[in-house]
Amino acid sequence: MNTIIIKNTILLFAFGAFSIAAMADDKSGPAKAAEDIAKYREMISDGNPAEFDEMRGEELWKKPGGPNNVSLEKCDLGKGAGVVKGVYAELPRYFPDTQRVQDLESRLLTCMTTLQGIPEKDITAKPFGSDNYQPAIESLVAYVVGQSKGIQMNVSLKHPKEKEAYEIGKRVFVYRAGPYDFACSTCHSQDDLRIRMQDLPNFNNKKSAQSAYVSWPAYRVSQGLFRSFQWRINDCLRQQRFPEPKYASDVTIALTMFMAKSANGAAYAGPGLKR
Amino acid sequence: MIADNVMGKFKMNTKGFFGVVMSLILAFLAAPAQAAGKSDAQLDAEAVAVIKRDFRDKGIAKVDRLNQDEVQAQCTKYLDKPPRKIRDRLQAEQQKAIKWPSDGKYMGDWKAGEKLAQSGKGMTWSDKPEDPAGGNCYNCHQLSIKEIAYGTIGPSLMHFGRFRGTSEESMRYAYGFIYNAKAYNLCANMPRFGHMGILSEAQIKDLVALLLDPESPVNKD
Repeated sequence: MNTIIIKNTILLFAFGAFSIAAMADDKSGPAKAAEDIAKYREMISDGNPAEFDEMRGEELWKKPGGPNNVSLEKCDLGKGAGVVKGVYAELPRYFPDTQRVQDLESRLLTCMTTLQGIPEKDITAKPFGSDNYQPAIESLVAYVVGQSKGIQMNVSLKHPKEKEAYEIGKRVFVYRAGPYDFACSTCHSQDDLRIRMQDLPNFNNKKSAQSAYVSWPAYRVSQGLFRSFQWRINDCLRQQRFPEPKYASDVTIALTMFMAKSANGAAYAGPGLKR
Repeated sequence: MIADNVMGKFKMNTKGFFGVVMSLILAFLAAPAQAAGKSDAQLDAEAVAVIKRDFRDKGIAKVDRLNQDEVQAQCTKYLDKPPRKIRDRLQAEQQKAIKWPSDGKYMGDWKAGEKLAQSGKGMTWSDKPEDPAGGNCYNCHQLSIKEIAYGTIGPSLMHFGRFRGTSEESMRYAYGFIYNAKAYNLCANMPRFGHMGILSEAQIKDLVALLLDPESPVNKD
């Protein structure tokens, strides 16, 4: 725990130093700032704090737990019981046992409830980390996605339910509603847009969609926390001024399917590192 | 005899037969666009059903926010490019619903406007009901030359007043556009700050001043 705190502190200082350097530099402006952030990312690319989450996740995967006191090593994430290598590059996918298309978090939820016997609401009540709280499911995500690093994204739409999830996701993506009239597509369907200094990926552009998708889940330096893909979608919808999507619900999985499919062909590069 | 009959029937029905073949070809071509044999209309309905089912109230953000008004529904349906007839009708309706300032004045205080433009707060489930919403302007627009952390979803508004001046027409346009951008451009990305009750009349006036007052940092470098 202490190492994580120390590492976070160092990272925040490094980030702060860069921001100050960016402001003091006479070559200021958005382009310069983006360049500095890229430099900073490169500098710490061989030491992503998400590694601590991956380690904790691996332990949680292998250690017996829950009321049934069993490990998750019998959990089938799509490539057979216990297989973690490369599974994330093929998710979401259709699972015959649940008869649902599931993303990683929805599937981990299935395994934790059915194998370990943990009540679902114990997990879904607080599925995202905060300052002094790190849910098991988030660390498990870090571990599993790390096992797909370098593997080409290969999400299938062969099963009719997979195709259906994709088609629904595509429609949810353009659904305008709420007090601001926003859809996902309001911010994510044109090249090179920003909110303030934050670059926005364009999911109508293959390259942009790929680089965005393969860099999540990620460690968020400004928050000092590892963040899952369900968190990413949840916080997007918060800023879209929508109500809250239910954790691991079909609407979130459909959106994930739409984005994951757009990323096919790119090498998975997570866990990522974000500002 | 039988063969003749069949041939005769076939000749008589050539048109019908051709029609059947054509519709089979068309159905085949359309098939890849469908999932599980579901039509586009079925998928549209299912997407809405999933949206209505899978969200819940959180803080001030209630699920009734997912019910689209006609502007939102048509812009979704036509991917922000509605047919002219629909566009003109709805824009006129939105225009009619604009509540113009009761005192006939459009400009407030640009200093308050700049503060408002800087704030990206408001209307999320993490905002408290008593927290006032910001204008969110710099999230999407360049305004004052001094602020380099501006977004690019909307056009740059730097020096906006230098081009527009402070004529009655100019002020009315700026006020109306901030009040309801959809009255001018039906599927604009910009929220309807007055129409949706995000900002008050006085706040919109402050933003008009930020845009048009010659003393505002938008116009005076």
